[in-house]
Amino acid sequence: MACQGLQKGETLESLKRESETLKKKLEEERNKLNDVELHQVAEKVEVLSALSIKTRRVLKGHGNKVLCMDWCKDKRRMVSSSQDGKVIVWDAFTLNKEHGVPLPCTWVLACAYAPLSGLDNKCSVIPLSLDKNENLAAKKKSVAMHTNYVSGCSFTNSDMQLLTSSGDGTCALWDVESGQLLQSFHGHTADVLSLDLAPSETGNTFVSGGCDMKANVWDMRSGQNIQSFESHESDINCVKYYPSGDAFASASDDATCRFYDLRADREVAVYQKDSIIFGASTCDFSLSGRLLFAGYNDYTINVWDVLKGTRATILFGHENRVSRVRVSPDGTALGSASWDSTLRVSWSFSTGSNYIFRFIKLLFWVNSRLVLEFTVAF
Amino acid sequence: MAEAPQQQQQQQEEGGEKEEEQQQQSSPVEKTEPDEGAEEPKEIAQTTPSRPLLSMRSMSSVDPDDDTPNMIVYRKIEEIITRIQDETDGVPIRTVKSFMTKIPSVVTGADIVQWLMKNLSIEDPAEAMHIGSLIAAQGYFFPISDHVLTLKDDGTFYRFQAPYFWPSNCWEPENTDYAIYLCKRTMQNKTRLELADYEAENLARLQRAFARKWEFIYMQAEAQVKIDRKKDKIERKILDSQERAFWDVHRPVPGCVNTTEMDIRKCRRMKNPHRVKKSVYGVIEEGTQSQSPIHTPSHHCRKGTKEDVEKEIVFLNTQLDRHCMKMSKVAESLIAYTEQYLEYDPFVTSPEPSNPWTSDDPTFWDLEASKEPSQQRVKKWGFSLEDALKDPAGQELFLKFLESEFSSENLRFWLAVQELKRIPQHEVAQRAQDIWAEFLAEGAPSSINLDSHSYERTSQNLKDPGRYSYEDAQDHIYKLMKSDSYSRFLRSNLYQDLLMARKKPETEQGRRTSLEKFTRSVGKSLTGKRLTGLMQSS
Repeated sequence: MACQGLQKGETLESLKRESETLKKKLEEERNKLNDVELHQVAEKVEVLSALSIKTRRVLKGHGNKVLCMDWCKDKRRMVSSSQDGKVIVWDAFTLNKEHGVPLPCTWVLACAYAPLSGLDNKCSVIPLSLDKNENLAAKKKSVAMHTNYVSGCSFTNSDMQLLTSSGDGTCALWDVESGQLLQSFHGHTADVLSLDLAPSETGNTFVSGGCDMKANVWDMRSGQNIQSFESHESDINCVKYYPSGDAFASASDDATCRFYDLRADREVAVYQKDSIIFGASTCDFSLSGRLLFAGYNDYTINVWDVLKGTRATILFGHENRVSRVRVSPDGTALGSASWDSTLRVSWSFSTGSNYIFRFIKLLFWVNSRLVLEFTVAF
Repeated sequence: MAEAPQQQQQQQEEGGEKEEEQQQQSSPVEKTEPDEGAEEPKEIAQTTPSRPLLSMRSMSSVDPDDDTPNMIVYRKIEEIITRIQDETDGVPIRTVKSFMTKIPSVVTGADIVQWLMKNLSIEDPAEAMHIGSLIAAQGYFFPISDHVLTLKDDGTFYRFQAPYFWPSNCWEPENTDYAIYLCKRTMQNKTRLELADYEAENLARLQRAFARKWEFIYMQAEAQVKIDRKKDKIERKILDSQERAFWDVHRPVPGCVNTTEMDIRKCRRMKNPHRVKKSVYGVIEEGTQSQSPIHTPSHHCRKGTKEDVEKEIVFLNTQLDRHCMKMSKVAESLIAYTEQYLEYDPFVTSPEPSNPWTSDDPTFWDLEASKEPSQQRVKKWGFSLEDALKDPAGQELFLKFLESEFSSENLRFWLAVQELKRIPQHEVAQRAQDIWAEFLAEGAPSSINLDSHSYERTSQNLKDPGRYSYEDAQDHIYKLMKSDSYSRFLRSNLYQDLLMARKKPETEQGRRTSLEKFTRSVGKSLTGKRLTGLMQSS
């Protein structure tokens, strides 16, 4: 597998030419396997009955743009960070604010349930406790250090490791306890804006997206770049794995979201419309992977039918850019954060199917009672 | 102030320049592509009846090589704006006669909404209004009688903004400019030009802030008024409104979104500092830097060195060797996965008993967390070993099953290795040794069965123990469980009983319960996604 051109004296020009040739060859090889489009095969899939998704919770309390939010494992609590320098933990079910942590840096760009990262190039972990009187800010611990802003962070299935992405073009894996850098990931040629861990319990990979328009898949153990996808026409703002872990979606400033499959090693769908001209900043899948929720800079959330490639519905409501959308851990609700300083929770309202089911249930029940009465009488 | 007269002259010259251009454009003129980076204002005033002949090429002033996120959006909007003003395919832009006056160069909101729906393939007028409002908020067209930039689907009149004022010109107007503007507005006697409350407040604030150079500002304002007076009445109406709309973008009404705000992560590469325009009236604030601190030259993308290209070549070769799946197979796999989990997706299938968010009843969550899993949950354990292990109740049951077969050490080993990957770094070495002792050493209490190859590799790894020392072994054991124990587990009584809910009936209640279960399963197969026919009729 040795590269043919790696001889001494090879100029940059000839190397670039070789790289171009290889890229073309790779594209040809991949195209050979492109025997059909996803949406064509998906024609046989039943159309989703008209989705009725409504926003019924609006969380107000931040004084400025909300830049990031995440759900807690208990499926009802959320954490959010804002340009007002605060991190708030909410019980979205009751609308109560449970904790409010002021931070020294006003641009807190990312928060996952506990770690926070921002424009001070650091990622901090704040342990949350139920004791409201504890001075949580004082317990803050600095974990990750990059040479530029930290754009995203994620726990790796436990509280002990943290994966971060940064404006310095790298991603890094840290040991929370010691703050030690365990592994760094180099390959992006511009700011890395987002990362997502593969959902599999057995996997050790993650995907990252950046301003170089590339989405890269990495092996956490070796730091190697395993796969790379370059089809967007502008910054990739968000990447998210499809629930099976075999594919992922990306949201970009080119106003499209795209779907990539790892086994086919190519883009398999583009989600776009003439009427969508503002960039997509965030995306997340519903539990089955059938729906892709994407938040845009035109203040809307478009819900895409992942398989068919069409838009299932659109959510209005936010009054400024949507900075983050996240489906709750059990898939029952969608949380969204916006520059309008609010968070909203939306979910699907039962379609007519439930009423009909209840009617049938009633019929059977009535029937069974009659049978009983009848039998008893005899 | 020796400076002032000079500047006044400059103003007049600039104003004269503007005037000239306008006169040129009031007669039909071939519009050529604007020069990239040109500083002269290109005012294309939409004059009354005879519209200047505009070339079909976009009036866009965006540098075609500029790929920054904001510019990409501006380019798209400008393409729309060009099309919408087209003589044949655009909206009807007219002069409207009203009482004693004429309102030049306007179009109704309804016309714009209709055009957007037709040309951007929008089905819902609400969506068209939304995107239209956004385009207006960015500063590309505006309501002639309102500071708030939204699009309404009615007879409200709108006017298009002059390309000179387009956001793609990298405007960052300073407060001195705004002060001059507000000041000059107060000098004009027409009632329609009176300041709004928030403008009056802004003016008061600026007067305090610029107290020492207010005389200068006042004089600038006066000069502007003089220039304006020279213009044709109709043109003035148009230009005044365009200028006001410009300030509505850069100094929005309180409560309105400031669309000039940028995503801070992208600020560094945003604008070419030389292109930034700071003043409408040709006045640079004294003592300010010529460029904003955030405008550092954009050497943003790291240049490709020889090393980088070499790495890329190695990477590409690896990719070429990769075995990939055909799209048809991939598509089938994605569809199959989604279909399988569709009944568990609350956005598609209503959860039982209800979605807690809808009903305000957290029973669903309690049930999911309970040790007594629902049938639906148990069914999911049959989808894959991973699904079974993900659910604590499933994991427990599987462990119980393995214990009954005296092969629980496999799962326990797997769980131990998972744990190893999650503990703090300083505990790893010790834990790795503990795992060896428990599962792999000679005479280990929970000895697992590893092939000799994996065994060798693992013992080698342990010489320098790390969190991934057991990866090979774990992989091997997982595959073993999956192919062997797991399938037996699914066929076992332990699992089947739970799946079929073969519980003791609780008398009549039990009877009803089983009837309910029956109706539920009938209901499920009838409803949900297969009820499309009924859906359409209801």
